[in-house]
This record gives sequence, C-alpha cells and structure tokens, in this order.
Amino acid sequence: MMDLDPVLMSRLLTTITLVFHIIFATLGVGVPLMISIAEFIGIKKKDPHYIMLARRWARGFVIPVAIGVVTGTAIGLQLSLLWPEFMQAGGHVISLPLFMEVFAFFFEAIFLGIYMYTWDRFKNQMMHWWLSLPIIIGGALSAFFITTVNAFMNTPEGFKMGSDGFEAINPLETMFNPATPTKVFHVLASAYLTVAAILAAIAAFGLLRKKTKTYHKKALKLTVTLTFIFAIFTAIAGDLSAKFLAEYQPEKLAAAEWHFETEKNADLILFGWLNEDNEPEGVIRFPGLLSFLAFNDFNGEVIGLEEFPEEERPPLWIHYMFDLMVVIGFFLLGISFLYLLLSKLKRWNENNKWMLWMLVLSGPLAMLAIEFGWIYAEEGRQPWILRGYMTVEDAATTSPYVGWMFVLFLLLYIGLGVFGAVVLRKVFKNNPVEEELEKKYPTIEKGDQS
Amino acid sequence: MSYEIIGITVLWLFLYGYLIVASVDFGAGFYAYYAKVTKKDHIINQLISRYLSPVWEVTNVFFVFFFVGIVGFFPDSAYYYGTALLVPGSIAIILLAIRGSFYAFENYGSKKSNLYMFLYGATGLLIPASLSIALTLSEGGFIFEENGKVSLDYFALFTSPYSWSVVFLAIVSVLFISASFLTFYAARANDLEALKLVRKYALFWATPTIIAALTTFIALGQHNERHYQNMFDYWWMFGLSVGFFMIAMWLIYEGKRYGLAFISVMLQFFFAFFGYGVSHFPYILDPYITVYENATHESTGIALIIVFIAGLFLLVPSLILLMRLFLFDADYVKGKK
Repeated sequence: MMDLDPVLMSRLLTTITLVFHIIFATLGVGVPLMISIAEFIGIKKKDPHYIMLARRWARGFVIPVAIGVVTGTAIGLQLSLLWPEFMQAGGHVISLPLFMEVFAFFFEAIFLGIYMYTWDRFKNQMMHWWLSLPIIIGGALSAFFITTVNAFMNTPEGFKMGSDGFEAINPLETMFNPATPTKVFHVLASAYLTVAAILAAIAAFGLLRKKTKTYHKKALKLTVTLTFIFAIFTAIAGDLSAKFLAEYQPEKLAAAEWHFETEKNADLILFGWLNEDNEPEGVIRFPGLLSFLAFNDFNGEVIGLEEFPEEERPPLWIHYMFDLMVVIGFFLLGISFLYLLLSKLKRWNENNKWMLWMLVLSGPLAMLAIEFGWIYAEEGRQPWILRGYMTVEDAATTSPYVGWMFVLFLLLYIGLGVFGAVVLRKVFKNNPVEEELEKKYPTIEKGDQS
Repeated sequence: MSYEIIGITVLWLFLYGYLIVASVDFGAGFYAYYAKVTKKDHIINQLISRYLSPVWEVTNVFFVFFFVGIVGFFPDSAYYYGTALLVPGSIAIILLAIRGSFYAFENYGSKKSNLYMFLYGATGLLIPASLSIALTLSEGGFIFEENGKVSLDYFALFTSPYSWSVVFLAIVSVLFISASFLTFYAARANDLEALKLVRKYALFWATPTIIAALTTFIALGQHNERHYQNMFDYWWMFGLSVGFFMIAMWLIYEGKRYGLAFISVMLQFFFAFFGYGVSHFPYILDPYITVYENATHESTGIALIIVFIAGLFLLVPSLILLMRLFLFDADYVKGKK
C-alpha cells in the first residue's frame, strides 16, 4: 500500500470522491427546481396532490443534501491536500470562483433550512413557496461558479506566465474563459434533465406497483414533460459543447471519436473497438456527421490526434464514455417524447407497462450519463491539470500516505451510500403516500383509488 | 489597510464564527450521548434537535468558507499545510462526513440507536481535537521542507506538551461554549428541567476551560518564545477575556440573564482568539508563510474582498431571518411550531 505512486493514488482518490459527489451535487441542483414547480402548481391549481408531491420530494431530498454537503466539503479540502502544488499556483486564479461558490452554497444552505422547517408556519402558502427560489438560485449559482473553475482548468486564460508563475491576473477573464458558457449550460441542463428523469422513474415505479394512481399519474405527467424539455436543452448544450471542443480542445473531441487524421467531411462513429493498428473496427458510421457536429458544415476540417505529440494525447477509451453519454441523452429525449405523444393520442394508453418500465430505466441511466460525461470531460484533458501549463504529475502531493487515505475514503463512501439508501427507503416505506394524503386531506381520498 | 490584512482579519473572523457555532453543535452531540447513557435523554434531546436541525448545514459552511478563503488569500498555505495535513485533514473530513450525514439520517426517525448516538457524541469531541492540530502546526517546529518536499514530524507532534494542551483546550472549550448556549436556549424555551441540567454542565466545564487556557499559554511559552512574548503586548485582550468569563460565570451561577451570559462567553472567546491571532502575526505558518510575503496577487486579493463585501449583503439578512425564525421565535423554541 505504502509504496504505491502518490500521483496515481491522488488521481484515484479524487476520482472516487468526485464520482460519488456528483450524484448528490446533481440532485442538489435539480431537485429544488422540481419541488418548487410542483408546489407552485399545487398552490395555483389548489390541488393537494402536487403539494404532497413537493412535500415528499423535499423530505427525501434531505438525505442526498446531507451526503452532498459532506462529500462537497471533502473534495474542497482534498483539492489542497492532494494537489498542493496545483493550488499553490492555481490558487491565485481559481480562488475567486471557489470563494463565490461558498457564498452561493451558504445562501442555499440557509434557505434550505428555512424551507424545510416552515411548511406549515405561514398562513399564506405562497410565502413558503417564495422561500424555494433562493434555494434554486443558490444551487444554480454554485454549479455555475464551480463549473467556471473546471472550465478554467480546460482553457486557462486571463493571466500571463512570469518567472514566478501566474502574473497580471484578470479575475473576470479567468472566470469567463472560452469553456465557461458551454460547460455551464451543459451542466445545468443535464442536471435538471437527470433529476426530472429520476423523479419520473420513481413515479413510474409507483404506478407499476399499483400505488395511489391519481397521485403518481400526475407526478409522472409533470416529470416526463420536464424531462422532455430539459432533454432538448441538454441536446442543444451538447451540440454547442462539441463545437467548442472542435475549436479550443480538438484533442479531446478527436480522442472521443477516434479521429486520428485531420480531414474534411469526417465521419462520426459509435462504439466498436480498435485493432492493433489503432484502426476502429465494428463501428456504426455516420458519414460526415463529425464535421457537421464540429462546424455545422459537412465539409468542415476536423483536427485529428496525429497533430498532437503522443504524450499529450488523452486516453482512447474515453470514446466509450462519450458514446454512452450521447446515446443515453437521445434515449431520454426519445422516451419522453413518445410518452407525451401517446398521452396526446386518445387511443393509446401512455401508462402501459412497457412505457412505465422504460421510464423506470431512464432515471438511473440519466445519472449514469452524468458520470460518463464527467469522466469523458476529465479524462479528455489528460495529461494536463491545467491544460497547456501543468500536468497532473507535477501537481500531486508527495505524501506517502495517499494509499491509506484512499482506502479510508472508499470505505466511507460505501458506508454513506448504503446507509443513505437504507434510510431513504425507510422514510418512504414507513410513510406511504396513501396514508399521508388521507391524514392531511381527508376529503380527496374517496375516488383516488380509481 | 492593505488587502492582506483585510484578508487575514476576515478569515480570522470566520474561523471565530466557526469556533462558536461548531462548538455549540459538537458539544450538543456529546451531551446528547451523555444524556442517553445517564438516561436523561428525554430531558434535553428534544431541545437539542430543535435548534440544530435547521442550522447544521450553515455551521458546516463557516468551515468551508475558512479553508477556501485561506487558500485564496494565501495560496502557499495549500502547499505547506496541504501536504503536511493530508492524514489529520482526511481524518477530520471523515469524522465530519460521518457526523453531518448521520445527523440527517437520524432526522428520519430510525430509532436513536446506541451506535449512532455514540458516533454522534464521539465525533463531537474528536473533530475539534483533529481540527485544532492545524493551529498547533502553525506555531512551527512540526512542518519541515527539505529538497522541495514538505513533511510533518509526527513524533514531535505527538510528544509535544503544547499540542496536547491545545487538544485539551479545544475539547473543554467546546463543552463549555455548548453548555452555556444550551442554558440560554433552555431558558428561552422555558424548559426548566433541561435548564437545570445544562446549567450544571456549564458551571462544571468552566473550571477546566480556564485551567486549559492557562496550561496552553505556558506550553506555548516553551514551544514558541517569539509568539509568547508578543502575547504580553496584547495583555489587555486576554484581560478582557478573563473579565467576560467572570461575568458569564456570575450570571449563570446567579441564574439570571442567560442571554447576556452567552454573549459574555462569546466575547470571552472573541478576545482570547483575537489576542492569540494578533500576536501570531505576521506568521501564518512559522517560519514559512507570512501574511505579507505569501499573499495572493493584488488583483485576486481585491476581487476576493469585493466578493466578500457583496456576499455579506446577501448573507447577513439571510442569517438574521434564519435566527428570527428558529432561534428567537419563542413559539418555535418552545416546540409549538
């Protein structure tokens, strides 16, 4: 354990922390918006089903929030513990967005506490609803600020390189670097998409189990509609991201598409494998589509990997990450569209078993797509930690104890994950929606079992 | 005032804020466990959880704020502390993670299991102990840089009387601050039974707190002569600290004005903490990092301060709202809402 390379172990430890954290970070950004929408509809339509929906989502939300907070604290500290030289140099530049992120998080934390503990404290229901807005804004701002940090690591700008490291820093230029707009758009859209898909999966599962039908049907209709809307936004964001990559980080796009030679009218390829000569085989090929994806022009010239020295190329397996992310994105778009289409056509039952199972599947798939997307984005800038300026090898800690810390944190995350899931299940199992509705709104229960 | 000084002052203020709010939280964890063991949990646990549920996340942010801020204003601290603190820092994160998440888990009514209450209580004492190591290290003599490699001398750390007295001081202060807050809160809630219990805790932990402060002072004198001498230049701050301590004790002993008593405790720690901080000047890590030489570039420093001021405009009203709803709303405190 002790003689393992600290660089490798630092990378692995950062990876498990982030892979675990983004599950909860995504929920943290997306769930408040969904709660707020449901509560708003409930108040405006005077429909207790939607208010109950908001209440139950909010109740379940506390557990992911808690895990998100503690793992977020972990990654915040690990940045300095595992990458001290990176923070020493980069701290001059990225501390501003990090600092703002903490403020946004502070704001969100305060109002989350208030929102959660004031459900019945105001006479005017809208008062309580207003409290949800700072949570949504705080969550979105956190995502924005932290994404600018990541964007900076991909396309560092807004400073000069002097003998002592960074000089002449322009904090705003570093934050609003070329990668920022597409990254932020893509992160936010996909977070909302994923949460909508997960909540839809829960509702679909409830219907399959023949639970309170009206409640779950309303939940499903709402969440699938939101899934569809955010899937469109995510697709647009993905397209813009690809165009950004083609211009600013061509090696990342090229590695994702196994695109070795610079050429016009480049093909987009899905899946397959590489043979001994590094030629793609068994792939699904879309002629000219990569050029179109990169430049909106089938004859655009896409830069290939051969233009980069071998030691500066990202690993080629990120091709699969990219493909899986894209395929899942289109699956979500398709399935939610199909559901909405069926619900418009009177002859068909949109809540048929097949449809419901597909929707159940779409929740976990969406979260997987988030993971694949981040792994692609992060591995795609290897070997750099600051693209063009500092490699990960130069940035990692020299402490010999990283291996042990890796084991400790792995155990922690396994424990948190298992325990969190158990408690979450208990929360809803011990308090089924039928009973809660009946207790709170005795009048609507008759006729709800239809 | 230069931006470095503003920076370190702001950070020190936030660390002080964390010291107070986290002490209330950590101490409450210990008391909750202790009450369970002594079969008095029905008396105070309701009180504790009513206060802590809405604010634990906010407590955590004070801490995040501090460590993000120090790396921002003084990036070299990431280099030295980051490498040296890998093990104690990671352990602190894990303890915080266990505590924070189990706290939310417990909210959802799994029966208060003994194991959970034990973890809750134990982390409440271990976290302050592990976090206070960073303060110990700042005095120098434990972190070394040779050939571009930073290392922590664990043997020196574990055998130093100074480091142990800091740990001891951290733990007893947590228990003292927490008990005096809970006394105020119980009085506010008109919960006489709980008040009797937590008032006793406050009176009990006062003595070890003042003794620990003295021993730490003496141990520091042996460890870092320069810092020790500087402290005498600010003797009046420590004098004020002791004065407020006596006011607090008198009020709690007499059983009146618990709110004022808690404010006195806050002022006691405020003066002690700032007296300690200002005499530490100009070093952040003796002798490697100083406030002047290792601060970030001016443009970043000024941007950070602007953001800080803008952030306060957002935070202060929100915090006041939070306190009005949960801390100073008599009906909520009494459990009617």
